[in-house]
Amino acid sequence: MDEAQTTGTVFRVSGLTRVYRTGAVEVQALRGVDLALAEGELVVLLGASGSGKSTLLNILGGLDRPSGGRVFFRQTELTRASDRALTAFRRDHVGFVFQFYNLVPSLTARENVALVTEIARHPMRPEEALERVGLGARMDHFPAELSGGEQQRVAIARAIAKRPDVLLCDEPTGALDSATGVQVLEALTAVNADLGTATVMVTHNAAIRQIAHRVVRMGDGQIKADERNETRLEPREVSW
Amino acid sequence: MRALDRKMLRDLRRVWAQALAIAAVLACGILMMVGMSMTRATLGGTQAAYYERARFADVFASLTRAPASLVAGAQALDGVAQAEGRIGFQAVLDLAGQEAPASARIVSLPATGAVLNLPVLRRGRLPDPLQPDEVAINEPFGEANGLQPGTRFRAVLNGRLRELIVTGWVLSPEFVYTIAPGAMMPDDRRYGVVWMGQAAAEASMDMGGAVNEIALRLTRGADERAVIAALDRLIDPYGGTGAYGRDRQMSHAFLEGEMSQLTVMATTIPPIFLLVAAFLVNMVLGRLIKMERTQIGLLKAIGYGSAGIAWHYLKLALLIGVTGVGLGVLAGQWIGSGLIAQYQQYFRFPVYLRDPATGAMLLAGGLGLATAALGGLQAVRASVRLPPAEAMSPPAPPAFSRGWLDRAVSALRVRQTSMMILRSILRWPGRAAITLFGVMTSVALLVASYFMIDSVQIMADTLFTQSNRQQVTLVLSRAQPERAVLDALGLPGVRQAEGAFSMPVRLVHGHRERLTAVSAHVEGETLARLLDDSGQDVPLPAEGLVLPERLAAALDVAVGDSLRLEMLAAPRAVLDLPVARIIAQGMGQEAHIAAAPLFAAMGVAPQVNRIHLLADPEALPALTSAIKSVPAVAGLTDWHEVRRQFDATLQTSMVTMLTLQTIIGLMTAVGVVYNAARIQVSERSHELASLRVLGFTRGEVGFVLVGEIMLLTLLAIPLGWALGYGLAAGLVGAMSSDLISIPFVITRRTYAMAALAVFAASLGAVLLVRRRLDRVDLAMALKARE
Repeated sequence: MDEAQTTGTVFRVSGLTRVYRTGAVEVQALRGVDLALAEGELVVLLGASGSGKSTLLNILGGLDRPSGGRVFFRQTELTRASDRALTAFRRDHVGFVFQFYNLVPSLTARENVALVTEIARHPMRPEEALERVGLGARMDHFPAELSGGEQQRVAIARAIAKRPDVLLCDEPTGALDSATGVQVLEALTAVNADLGTATVMVTHNAAIRQIAHRVVRMGDGQIKADERNETRLEPREVSW
Repeated sequence: MRALDRKMLRDLRRVWAQALAIAAVLACGILMMVGMSMTRATLGGTQAAYYERARFADVFASLTRAPASLVAGAQALDGVAQAEGRIGFQAVLDLAGQEAPASARIVSLPATGAVLNLPVLRRGRLPDPLQPDEVAINEPFGEANGLQPGTRFRAVLNGRLRELIVTGWVLSPEFVYTIAPGAMMPDDRRYGVVWMGQAAAEASMDMGGAVNEIALRLTRGADERAVIAALDRLIDPYGGTGAYGRDRQMSHAFLEGEMSQLTVMATTIPPIFLLVAAFLVNMVLGRLIKMERTQIGLLKAIGYGSAGIAWHYLKLALLIGVTGVGLGVLAGQWIGSGLIAQYQQYFRFPVYLRDPATGAMLLAGGLGLATAALGGLQAVRASVRLPPAEAMSPPAPPAFSRGWLDRAVSALRVRQTSMMILRSILRWPGRAAITLFGVMTSVALLVASYFMIDSVQIMADTLFTQSNRQQVTLVLSRAQPERAVLDALGLPGVRQAEGAFSMPVRLVHGHRERLTAVSAHVEGETLARLLDDSGQDVPLPAEGLVLPERLAAALDVAVGDSLRLEMLAAPRAVLDLPVARIIAQGMGQEAHIAAAPLFAAMGVAPQVNRIHLLADPEALPALTSAIKSVPAVAGLTDWHEVRRQFDATLQTSMVTMLTLQTIIGLMTAVGVVYNAARIQVSERSHELASLRVLGFTRGEVGFVLVGEIMLLTLLAIPLGWALGYGLAAGLVGAMSSDLISIPFVITRRTYAMAALAVFAASLGAVLLVRRRLDRVDLAMALKARE
């Protein structure tokens, strides 16, 4: 507990394990993960598929519960939180960005963002969030009328509009081509720089590691390497 | 088993609850068709056989007195196969152990044996023509009063108290449904039919060699109207009160009314259920096919033809159809048997000839399967046409466009979750329409079931509390001078007595005519007032007739038109009278007139033939037993007793019926709501899980699902009210005839009860589905794409 209270730490994870059981098959997704994430940090979680990176992200975001170990968000132990408390945690502190955008098809870009600002405590205006990701001109379009990159930027606007403490991104460029992916990464790094939002980005795309403050490599449900980037690249300097 | 069939069965297992809900809706339609048709066919077949065997007459007439030889004249009329004359009258009975007197219709049995309306012996024997004290009674009256053959009871016949011996119990086609004149329901304890030998009846009524009733059986193809007209001419000099056909014979009219109501229910209600079931099959199969789009592409890629794939899905629809038809036929048989058992208490036939209505059953089965197939076909057609490559790629996301309607919705400035509800309705108007339709029909069916209580209660209120404030009504055997009312005041405990007079008349307007009665009213009546449906006193105009709406419509007259009134009792005058007023009176069948002009036209001093009494409650026993020995009284009605009997009958017969109707009525709402919600959850689990991830609570996410369904439910309720009003009007129309009038009133309580029941059922069904949202694995839902 004392370590978790150290100022500047957003997440503190110790001895985290997660076992999935489907029928007779048992899959060990996480095998003892220890990790601390600092305020304002942009961390890339890198690993092949099945390495456990998405599982870790879901547990951090309160979408999944570990089989063992403890997770602290600042002073709060998430591993002991009720379902109701986890909902409140997501509502008040976390912004999510997913590979498949997960926009509500029946709401326009502006309305998708408003969906979140209506229930958040100190949100920015939906228009401001959309302008931050460069979509000021497409606010009244439905998802079906937007390109993949645009949809993902709406998702980012939706995630940041509540001024979250952490931004959790699961393969945010996974469904996009390189040029569109760069636009999305620019939006994310800008939010991280301007608002100081701690950001965790899960990807299997090694090229992206260059834009992060810190790169955590996962494999086999464990952390294999944890290194700082001495020289960060701008997103437009990256390609894949 | 082929692999595809195995897949079909597994698909069915996956959607079993939805399939069962559809089958239940279908089953409701089938059970209505089978149950009602079976009951209708059984009643109709039994009636036809009974009428034939017991030679039920076709034409009936009453008169004051005619020589028996007149019957031969009637027999000779063109179109008459058989004629029979007899003596018939009302009498008061004094039954041991029963304080209030009962009344009976007494009819004579021709000495040579009846040729028409043959009594069917059920127990004991018919009375011996040589024994003047022997009588047979109708079976239900015997059962209700324990009057076994051999027991004796007393009756006031033509003013003389006589002791009669029961020799047997009989049933007659004339009295399949036995109801006292003016009563609302049969009361076998207080009203019976008594058959007496011709000689005994002649002696009792001073009618030696005379008859006062004639019945005719017509030859095949005879013109009933012509025969009635000829008979009227024949009996007119003898005080004929107008001959009539079976349509105005009380027992027959009730039986026919009930059967036509069954026909209406068997034909109008099942199509509603079938339509809803077809929509549901379409909806569920459409969803299944959409989810299996890539599998269809795969099947095509490996060489299955479009027809084979279509048949594969159609088999699933047909399996639902077979289940629904099977359940419906079984339940229909069960309900039909129950209804027939219930009818056996009211409609007394010697035997019931059970008719399974095989034709209707086969038709119902065929329609049920066709319904499922049609619903399925539409869903299957579009999908099997897709080229395999296109089928294997995921479908495009639903496109929401910005039409004017959408801009209107945007302007509403509602929360985004509410916006999702509105957009979903706009985006899938067809699906919303199905939900709307299903819920609407539920409300309508319940309104059409529950309004029966309103009708019956209005009848009771009108009869018991408004117009009839008297406790006892005496029916006099013949009209008496007004001072008879003063004599009645001398009876024990009587505080108030009021005379009333009515006579049978024929009203004629152009080529339209109606047999009815006219009631005379004096100023200042308080016990039996003339009221309209709103409970207002109707003042009698100084001249002219007051007609209830139904009668005015039947005669096609308006206020100011002139009517011919032919009195069918002495002095048999014919008057031309203006229609002074037409009143809203649901149950009204009679014409009304102020007493003074009527008696002036009749050229007699004011008379009475009914006396209404208000008595001290504690003096009632003494009063009723005193009445038993007043010769001039031919019958009486104890209104308290009528009310008690009425309430008791209502409680027992209506509760089961209403429960059943409620369950069936709610079926369409439950079936539609459950399926619509399941499909919503299946299609939108991704979207709804996203909301949970964004920090929406279970309640807030549930609102998107529950809110849409309940919004549609609320919209459907007023539509259901309107449809229910129409259905109820149809049922009342089927039951009503010149003889039977049912007030058509639907109270706010009925509308509210129907709405509440359906609202609760919808909410229950959607909440059942909402629980599924709790089980959605958030992390998986975000990964999995359709």
